[in-house]
Amino acid sequence: MRTQAFWNDPRIRAWFFQILAVLVVGGFIAIIVTNTVDNLNALNVASGFGFLQHTAGFGISQTLIEYSESSSYGRAFLVALLNTLLVAGIGIFFATVVGFLVGIARLSPNWLVARLATVYIETFRNIPLLLQILFWYTAVLSNLPAPRNSLEIGSLLMNNRGLYLPAPVGEPGFGFVVAAFFIALLGIVFLRHWSQRRRIATGRGLPIMWPSLGLLFGLPLITFWLAGAPLHFEVPELRGFNFVGGLRAIPELLALVLALSIYTAAFIAEIVRSGIQAVSWGQSEAAQALGLRRTQILRLVVIPQALRVIIPPLTSQYLNLTKNSSLAAALAYPELASVFAGTVLNQTGQAIEVLTITMAVYLGLSLLTSAAMNFYNSRIALVER
Amino acid sequence: MRRYLLLASTAALIAFASAASATTLDDVKKKGFVQCGVSQGLKGFSSPDDKGGWTGIDVDLCRAIAAAIFGDPEKVKFTPLSAKERFTALQSGEIDVLSRNTTWALSRDTALGFDFRGVIYYDGQGFMVRKSSGVKSAKDLDGASVCVLMGTSTSLTLADYFRSNNMKYEPITFEKDDEVVAAYESGRCDTYTTDRSGLYANRLTLKDPQENIVLPEIISKEPLGPVVRHGDNQWGDIVSWTLYTMLNAEELGLNSGNVAGMRESDNPEIRRVLGTEGKFGEGMGLSDDWAYNIIAKVGNYAEMFDRNVGKDSPLGIPRGLNALYTQGGIQYAPPIR
Repeated sequence: MRTQAFWNDPRIRAWFFQILAVLVVGGFIAIIVTNTVDNLNALNVASGFGFLQHTAGFGISQTLIEYSESSSYGRAFLVALLNTLLVAGIGIFFATVVGFLVGIARLSPNWLVARLATVYIETFRNIPLLLQILFWYTAVLSNLPAPRNSLEIGSLLMNNRGLYLPAPVGEPGFGFVVAAFFIALLGIVFLRHWSQRRRIATGRGLPIMWPSLGLLFGLPLITFWLAGAPLHFEVPELRGFNFVGGLRAIPELLALVLALSIYTAAFIAEIVRSGIQAVSWGQSEAAQALGLRRTQILRLVVIPQALRVIIPPLTSQYLNLTKNSSLAAALAYPELASVFAGTVLNQTGQAIEVLTITMAVYLGLSLLTSAAMNFYNSRIALVER
Repeated sequence: MRRYLLLASTAALIAFASAASATTLDDVKKKGFVQCGVSQGLKGFSSPDDKGGWTGIDVDLCRAIAAAIFGDPEKVKFTPLSAKERFTALQSGEIDVLSRNTTWALSRDTALGFDFRGVIYYDGQGFMVRKSSGVKSAKDLDGASVCVLMGTSTSLTLADYFRSNNMKYEPITFEKDDEVVAAYESGRCDTYTTDRSGLYANRLTLKDPQENIVLPEIISKEPLGPVVRHGDNQWGDIVSWTLYTMLNAEELGLNSGNVAGMRESDNPEIRRVLGTEGKFGEGMGLSDDWAYNIIAKVGNYAEMFDRNVGKDSPLGIPRGLNALYTQGGIQYAPPIR
């Protein structure tokens, strides 16, 4: 065997070039970092993350946790993050519900329903999101009457300061009702397991739909009655300029949720349609041949297979929605991009730190969402034997 | 997305800019114009007109700086900036001077790496309300929704004022001036707060200006002035002394109309200002007729004030604190000698 010079050994060469690449990239990053630090020092710009403990001094219009002007920038960051999560959470919920309905409607044999769904999709996914947000905010919600002349629909109040609902306030003893609700949930899980086991053992399942509903509503209601109705409603009342008390959704939140969910739902609808159409017709025919009912075919055969196609693109729609919530900076919704990468950045002037944190948060949120969806996807994926 | 591009490019600029660069004056002379950061449109201070030009006292200060350096007030380019973008734009070197109704405050002067170079306008924060609301004093504003500009000292003063008076409020913050005004006009807020000069200026843009009043309370000191990067003192001196020259010119009775004739004056103070005696431009790297050019091409402080915000403008704001110290105000410039 001919001895090979070590520089001709492909493995050593591969290693050499990989190490070289790492050194170049690492050196490049090191130069950027040291140069940045030098420049910041030369410009006398404060740096570091100490500012997070400093007093913020500004107010925020919607706070899910306690916050005041004397709270720290770190606290303001948390408030803003929660506001982002709130709008993303509500938006994802409605976008999914509307998207599935519209997607299924698009496949409806009813001509009118299918066309309406098509018009919905083509309209909303082709208008820029920012315009839609501004439309809902300035053209719809800000034209509502002033608080003094609020629209009243039952106990629901609407004016240009938002949407008000009576807030349920639990009295002592309400804990039992909550506990009863969770017991009912456990009972339903147990019932389903039992029914499943019986079906496998005897070939005959138990009816679970009606007993489950009965359990879910009946148990908490009975407890509620037994505990002496320990609940009252706090009704919003007009005091000075605004309504005080009750549950309130500020118009900025409403506009953002409306725009984000309607826009994203149009994309989700198309994803759902393509998912359902991806399941070959033969599957349904085979299921019919086995004697399954139409709902069973959908639930047991078509949807599980469609979901495998739907979940991955659905995940990216969820990510888009979360990231698009940063467009709220155009209206006054106090979310991360507006409060933290806006007000806090401006007050501290620490652009690099603030933007790094903000980008890291959006990245983290996206990775978490996609991890959760991937986990779900792997559970429902085709199991090959 | 534009602002993220700006912020990202700022971060990149800070990352890559070489620590030891030439002085700002050299840079400006080399490129042939002054890059000046102004507002996106605040009547009287810096607002674009229908011919694509800019007007306002902040704009005129930039023109005066250009006149001092080049002898030509038009050798200036304007960068409209939101309140949020302005500081990063200056830090990154995207602009040479920030002349954008910016309040001089300690934290900005120290932690941001800036120098404030004088006060072009003494302002104070106030509130505007609709007449129909029946509010007569800021003390009546408990529980109100307040429209305010994002990332300004205004929003901090607002928070302090309500906190110290034990009142509640709901801040509705927008990034642009016109968004704030639109939200106030749509009824989203009960009151709109900013510097009083801004209230008067923006009141003109409302559908029915007479239906809105500015409340009597002044809740803060807002000395507005030009800002430069910390560390380049020569450039800072040019900005300071441009403003001081305009003030001194008013005090000495020099204006754009008579300054050419005044070159022959026997008054030693006037001779020094106009460069016929002494070499005062030298220390700043400027020619000796730098001050003459400012006065001849842009005018003195009174001319600038009157045509933009004062009696000859739609705003009609009285001189008040901004009168010379000799006339009951507090505008006072160090002497040129």
